[in-house]
Amino acid sequence: MNTLDFPLAGATLTALPSGGLYHASARGLCVSDLHLCKSERIARRTGLMVPPYETRDTLDRLATDIAATDPAVVICLGDSFDDIAASETLDDACRETLMALQAGRDWIWIEGNHDPGPVDLGGTHLAEYRAGGLTYRHIASAETPEISGHYHPKIALPGAGAARACFAFDDARCILPAYGTYTGGLRVTDPALRRLFGPRPHAILTGRRAILAPF
Amino acid sequence: MPALPPRFSDWFASRGWSLHPHQQDMLDRADAASLLLIAPTGGGKTLAGFLPTLTELAQGGHTGLHTLYVSPLKALAADIKRNLRAPVNEMDLPIRIEDRTGDTSYTQKRRQRADPPHILLTTPESLALLTSYEDAPRIFAGLQRIVVDEIHALAESKRGDQLMLALSRLQALAPGLRRVGLSATVEDPAGIAFQLASHPNPCEILYADPGPDADISMLVTEELPPWSGGGAAYAIPAVLREVERHKTTLIFHNTRAQAEIFFRNLWLANEGDLPIGIHHGSLDRAQRERVEAAMVAGQLRAIVCTGSLDLGIDWGDVDLVIQVGAPKNVKRLIQRIGRANHRYNAPSKALLVPANRFEIVECVAALQAARDHDLDGDPKGPGPRDVLCQHILIRACAGPFDDTELFREIRTVGAYHTLSRAAFDDCLDFCATGGYALRAYDRWQRLMRTDGLWHLRDPRAAQRIRMNIGTIQDTDTLKVRLKGNFKPLGEVEEAFAATLTPGDTFLIGGEVVRYESLREMSVEVTRRADKQPRIATFMGTKFATSTQLSQRILAMFRQEDWPELPGHTAEWLHLQRKVSKLPEADRILVESFPYDGKCHTVFYGFAGRNAQQTLGLLLTQRMEALGLDPLGFVATDYATMVWGLRPVTDPAPLFQADDLRDGFETWLQGNAVMKRTFRASATIAGLIERNLPQARKSGRQATFSSDILYDTLSKYDPDHLILRVTREEALRGLVDFGRIEEMLARTAGRIDHVSLRRVSPLAAPICLEPGRVPIKGEGRERLVEEAAAKLLETAGLADNGKPGADRRASPLHLWGKGF
Repeated sequence: MNTLDFPLAGATLTALPSGGLYHASARGLCVSDLHLCKSERIARRTGLMVPPYETRDTLDRLATDIAATDPAVVICLGDSFDDIAASETLDDACRETLMALQAGRDWIWIEGNHDPGPVDLGGTHLAEYRAGGLTYRHIASAETPEISGHYHPKIALPGAGAARACFAFDDARCILPAYGTYTGGLRVTDPALRRLFGPRPHAILTGRRAILAPF
Repeated sequence: MPALPPRFSDWFASRGWSLHPHQQDMLDRADAASLLLIAPTGGGKTLAGFLPTLTELAQGGHTGLHTLYVSPLKALAADIKRNLRAPVNEMDLPIRIEDRTGDTSYTQKRRQRADPPHILLTTPESLALLTSYEDAPRIFAGLQRIVVDEIHALAESKRGDQLMLALSRLQALAPGLRRVGLSATVEDPAGIAFQLASHPNPCEILYADPGPDADISMLVTEELPPWSGGGAAYAIPAVLREVERHKTTLIFHNTRAQAEIFFRNLWLANEGDLPIGIHHGSLDRAQRERVEAAMVAGQLRAIVCTGSLDLGIDWGDVDLVIQVGAPKNVKRLIQRIGRANHRYNAPSKALLVPANRFEIVECVAALQAARDHDLDGDPKGPGPRDVLCQHILIRACAGPFDDTELFREIRTVGAYHTLSRAAFDDCLDFCATGGYALRAYDRWQRLMRTDGLWHLRDPRAAQRIRMNIGTIQDTDTLKVRLKGNFKPLGEVEEAFAATLTPGDTFLIGGEVVRYESLREMSVEVTRRADKQPRIATFMGTKFATSTQLSQRILAMFRQEDWPELPGHTAEWLHLQRKVSKLPEADRILVESFPYDGKCHTVFYGFAGRNAQQTLGLLLTQRMEALGLDPLGFVATDYATMVWGLRPVTDPAPLFQADDLRDGFETWLQGNAVMKRTFRASATIAGLIERNLPQARKSGRQATFSSDILYDTLSKYDPDHLILRVTREEALRGLVDFGRIEEMLARTAGRIDHVSLRRVSPLAAPICLEPGRVPIKGEGRERLVEEAAAKLLETAGLADNGKPGADRRASPLHLWGKGF
C-alpha cells in the first residue's frame, strides 16, 4: 500500500490511499463519513432508486484496510449511516460483514449529524473519543489537537485533472476525507473548510497512492 | 379536388397570392392518417400544414383542441403564432390560437388545461408534460390534427423519439387524430415517414418543388486564413463588406464560443456602425428575444448566430447566409443556406468562410458535394430505451395503466415497432423497482401493480417526474450577472467558471466582462475589462465530419496539385507532402514529433471526431500497457493526437485490429465517454435527476457525481438495463466504433510512420485544438506527484520537516510503507 506518514501533536499518523487514517502506536484505524445505506435514504426521501451497492462497496474497502492494518480499535468518525432509519435497513449480508469486522477488536461509533443516536450494530457509541493524546470527533471544534470528518475535503492540483478526496491537516487538526462510496466533496479552498486551518495547511490526496500537497 | 373556401381564396387574391401546388396537395389529402411534406425553406411549408386546420375550423362548431403544432424551438412556436394570427384576423375566422412552452406562465398553463384553444403551439417537452396530467384524456378528447414542424431536426434526436411516443398516447386518446410532418430537404424521407406513421398504417410523402440550386461559394479574402483556430478573425473586413452589400445577413458559427469571439471582432472593426446582433443558446432569454424582435422588425443588418437559428423561423428578408467554419455535414449546410431568400423559386445565396487552412480543404469538398446534391446521413437505430422508460413514468403520472395496452400503444411508434415484449418488460421493471439484481427497494418501489393496473406507489412522485421530463442534456451552467444587477447576461459552464480567478476577463453577449466573484450560484462580473478576454467555453454540440465529406477530402489529397484551392492552402499541402506525407484513404499516416516538452504522435484516421476520440481512448490504453506513459489526447475530425512522456517508435502494434477490438470491450467499461453517456441516459430514464439549481445550492459535499454511480453499477450489476442502454448509445453516437472498423478495413494494416523534429504542417492546427482528454494512468500519477512536489518546493518544504514539527519525530518525505 502506498501510504504516507505525517505528524500531528507529537503522534505519527499514517494516511492510507483509501482515505483511512492509521495510528500505528495506538493500533487505531479511523474512517469517517461512511454514509452507509445512503441509497435507501435517497429512495425514501426522493423516490429515486440509485444502484443499491454502495454499502457493500464501502464495507469491502473497509475490510481491506482492516486486513492490512489489523487495528485493535476501529473508530468510525460519524455519519457512518446516512441516517438512523437507514441503519435499520442494513441487509443481512452487510450486517454479517460488519460483525465479522468487529470481532476481536474495539469498535467505536462516533455520532455525526446524520446519525446522532446509537445504532443497533455492536460497538460503542460515543460523542467523542480520546486516545494517544488526540480527540476524535465528527465536526472540528476549537479544542485541539483533534481528528474529525464531516466536511468531505477534496482538492484539485493545478494541471493534474479532477479533484480527489483528501486529508486536510495542520499542526492542530486533521480532517479526514469521506470514506463512503456515495459521497461528494468540498474543496479545501472553500472558506468553510479553509478557515479551520492555520497559515500553512497540507492535504494528502487519496487514490492509487497517498500524495502530499500544500493548499 | 376540394376548392379553397371563398373566404380563403378571396384572402389569397387580396394579397396577390395563389396556392403553391404542394399546398393544394396538402388540402386534397387532408384526410390522410399520416402525411409527410418535404419542401425547401421558404416554400410556404407551414401554411401548407395549417390550411386544412384553418378551413376546418372556419366552419365553426368545433369546441376544444383541434390542432396541435409541435416545433423543436420555443421561438418557432411564438413566431408561428404571430404568422397565423394575420390570416385568422384578416379573414375574421373564429379560431383561438395560443402557444405553450417552458416560458408560458403558470396561470396561463392552468387556464389552457381547463379551456384549451383551437390551435395549441408547443414543443415536444411541453407536449409530453401535458400528456402526464390526469386530465389529459379531457384535454385531448376532440383533437383532430397534429402538425410536426421541422420534423427532420427532431427525427435525428431523442426529442423525436419522445414526441412520437407522446403521439402514440394522443392517438389512443383521440383515435381520429391525423398526423402531418413538415420537413426540409433530407437524404432519407422514407426514414422520417416511418417514424411519423402510426404503425401498421403507412405515411404518405409529398414533395414540393425543390426550387433552384443555391448560389454557394467560398469567401475569398486578401488576408490569409491562419494555420489553426476557429475564430476566422482574418475574414472580418471581407464579411463586413458583404454585410454592407446585402440587406440582411445571417452569420452562422459551429460553436457558441466562436460566435462570441467573432461578434466581438466584428464590432471592433465595424466602423460604419452597422446594426449587428448576436443570438445563441447561452444568452439570456430576454436578450435573445430583443434580437429576434429587432430582426423581425428589419432593424438589424446581420446576426451572428449558432444552431439556435438553424430552424425555420421567418426572419424576414435574409438575402445572404455566411457559414463560418467548415460545415462538417452537407445536409446541414444546405438547410442553413435555405435560411436565405424566402422568396420561393429564387436561389439562396451563401458564402463559406473557412476558419483555418484545413477548413479551406473541407469547405471546397463541401461545395462540391452540395453542387452534386450528395447529402449525407446515417440511418437511425431502434428507439432508445431510456426515452421509453421516461415515457412509462410519464404514463404512470397520468393515472393507472394496463401494461399490455401500453405495450401495444408503444409498438405503433416507428422507432419502437420491433420492440419485444421482454425488452418492454425490462423497462417497466426498471421503472417499478430500479431493475437491480439485488432487490433492495421493495419498500420504495416507484410503480406498483394493484388490481392488474400499474400506478405510482407515492402519487407525490408525479411532481418530481414532471420536473425531469425531456431528453435534452443540460450541462451545469452558472448564470453570469453584472455586480449589483439581478438581470443575467447569460450563462457559462460551471467547469469554465471554476477556472476563473478574480480579475480574469471573458466574453459574453459580445462584451468583455471581468470576473469578480461567485455568489449564490451565479458568476458576478463587472465591466472593468482591462485585459484581453479569455474565451468563454460552452458545451456546444460538436458534429463529426460525415463519412462522405471525409472521403472527398482524402480524394482531394491524391491530386498532384490543387487549382481549386487558394494558393496558400495548396502551398501548405505541398509543404506537408514535402516534409512528411499527405494522408491516404487506404493507409494510416502516423507522425511523431516533440512539442511543448512532450512526445506527440498524430494518427490520421479521417474517421470523424467521435471515432477519432474513441481511437484516442483505445490507443492511449494500449500505450499505457506498453509503458509509453501517455498523458492525454485530443481528437479532431481527421486525426487524434496523443502526448506522453515517452516517444512512440513503432505504431504498427497499436493498430492490431483484434487487439483494438479486444481492448475495446474492456476499455468500454471505464472510459469518460461512457460515463458521460451514462449520465445522459440515466437522467432520461429517471435513475438520477437533473442537476436542479436549488439542489446544487444546498450543501455541496452532499452531492456526489454520477461517475460514482456508473463505477458502482459496473462493478456490482454489469448487466443492468441502463448500462446496456449506455453501451448501445455510446457505440452509436459518441463512441462511433463503426467508423473505426471502417477505417481499419480500408487501411488493412498499412501504416506509414514519419518521425519529425518538429510539428508538421498538417499537425499544427491540432496542437491548438481544445477539448483535451487527460489519461488517468501512471504518467498522470507521476504528474500529480510532480505537481505536489512543485507546490511543496514553492512553499519551501521540499526537503525540510513540516512547519512547526520536530523533524526527527515526524519525517516528512514521501515514502511508501508496506503493511
